[in-house]
Amino acid sequence: MSVLTEPRETAVAPDDYTIVKAKHPGRWISAAVIVFVAILLLRSVMTNPNFGWGTVGMYLRDVSIVRGIGITLELTVICMAIGIVLGVVLAVMRIAANPVVRTAAFAYVNFFRGTPVLVQLLFWYNLAALYPSISFGIPGLDLDANRIITPMTAAILGLGLNQAAYMSEIVRAGILSVEHGQSEAAGALGINRLQTMRRIILPQAMRVIIPPTGNETIGMLKTTALVSVISVPELLYSSQIIYARNFETIPLLMVASIWYIVVTSILSIGQYYLERHYAKGGQRSLPPTPWQQLKRIVRVHAPLTSKGAIK
Amino acid sequence: MSAVAAIEPMIKADAIRKNYGRLEVLKGIDLQVQQGEVVCLIGPSGSGKSTLLRCINHLETLDAGRMWVDGAVMGYDLKGSKLHEQSHARICRSRVEIGMVFQHFNLFPHMTVLENLIEAPRLVLREKRSVATQRALKLLESVGLGDKAKAYPRQLSGGQQQRVAIARALCMKPKVMLFDEPTSALDPELVGEVLKVMKDLAATGMTMVVVTHEMNFARDVADRVVFMDDGHVVEQGPAAEVIGNPQHERTRAFLASVL
Ligand SMILES: Nc1ncnc2c1ncn2[C@@H]1O[C@H](COP(=O)(O)OP(=O)(O)O)[C@@H](O)[C@H]1O
Ligand SMILES: [Mg+2]
Repeated sequence: MSVLTEPRETAVAPDDYTIVKAKHPGRWISAAVIVFVAILLLRSVMTNPNFGWGTVGMYLRDVSIVRGIGITLELTVICMAIGIVLGVVLAVMRIAANPVVRTAAFAYVNFFRGTPVLVQLLFWYNLAALYPSISFGIPGLDLDANRIITPMTAAILGLGLNQAAYMSEIVRAGILSVEHGQSEAAGALGINRLQTMRRIILPQAMRVIIPPTGNETIGMLKTTALVSVISVPELLYSSQIIYARNFETIPLLMVASIWYIVVTSILSIGQYYLERHYAKGGQRSLPPTPWQQLKRIVRVHAPLTSKGAIK
Repeated sequence: MSAVAAIEPMIKADAIRKNYGRLEVLKGIDLQVQQGEVVCLIGPSGSGKSTLLRCINHLETLDAGRMWVDGAVMGYDLKGSKLHEQSHARICRSRVEIGMVFQHFNLFPHMTVLENLIEAPRLVLREKRSVATQRALKLLESVGLGDKAKAYPRQLSGGQQQRVAIARALCMKPKVMLFDEPTSALDPELVGEVLKVMKDLAATGMTMVVVTHEMNFARDVADRVVFMDDGHVVEQGPAAEVIGNPQHERTRAFLASVL
């Protein structure tokens, strides 16, 4: 700072200025409103006897509820596995040189994305009405559709095949995110298309594919509730069976909701770290995890206060 | 080898034509490259140099004409008087003979330098890892990167990456090497190290076709310079003549703009 440019009437040395922090009255008002609404909500939830918290506690670890969670998880894993494998196949078909293959994949995706998954589930469930016996066109083979298509297989087919349509779009975006020069370099080395896809393109596409796939898994966990309409005893249907008996509808829906939140929260934490892991290479330094943030606050503030005391 | 094979050119482009939709990019190119010859392709941007290079290893299909490489028509089987289009697998096998180096290196970023080098030998030549690794390490040594085998491409400078790319192409034991502006994406101080590797390679007798704007390299290393403009070969001859004493107006104008 040059003395010459300093206004003459300045009486205070620069070090002695006191800083008046900006006030944010809006923040205080909105915080107060939110806290007020939250208290009202919480009070009504706690005091309204219709929530039946006692009943909720009783059924939270009921055998059939726990078995329901098991089936929900099983469905999520199986259907996502089908969705991912078939999704990769469809995505590769979508960019194939053969126009017939390309069109077939497009038609598949269009059909499964264009109809509600609930309707698809009902179709699979009622497949026996459509095809009483299944032969896959193989002479001599004659399978009873009623025996094969149990509610569980209908659920797996319905959710898995539908998920494949969505996964194929995610995988396709991943494949397209890889620079064209990569397949060109592989081609120039004499590596064929399939090997190029498997060894060069897909490993690089994973960075783009994996984070939204985590999201889809969380979505799938909740979507499995739909199969309650074809009486698969997953989490929601298990609660429904109980409240059909004891008429404690709301408490049992609370039980199901609590479990859904618990499992999706666990998956969300996994998703958070997955996204962080795959952000590597894209960014120079990663944003800190909540745990690292906490450690940093403790570390920064402790020496600061001690120094402040010395000064 | 018979006497006929000895005088047969390594690359023979025969009236090559190539269109992108309605855009005519190559308008009847005739070009021969002898075994062991180093040819520099020069010409203004958009004149079709890259396209011609990519026609040599069949990364682009031709609309007319024939490309002969090492005595065989690229992409076709000659049976009697008929040319049968080759399967993708056959084309891949022919590409083994032809190494290519790109402007932007195009190394595989998810693999280490060594893995970049041995990937194609293992997948295409079906070599054992130990055999491919041994050759790869020797090649890395020869391009001055013996200590970088375990590094990832993004940990290397542009010049180092391009030298890895050259070693990767050489690891397939090609008979011809194609270079598409190998130094154009490099910082000026890194150009020399790549040109040096290419010069060493030329000294081993490798047949090379190099698209470049490095006129000093062309003068020092090339046996012949080919000037292309607007999809035609306008002028060709010994480097000193084409660069030092161009005959065509278009060549003169181009050289005036780059020198
Ligand atoms: N894949 C493509 N599709 C359409 N036009 C292309 C394609 N590749 C190149 N071109 C056009 O062909 C012409 C020649 O390109 P190129 O061979 O890359 O020239 P050079 O390498 O001499 O600069 C340019 O006009 C370019 O725009
Ligand atoms: Mg070019």
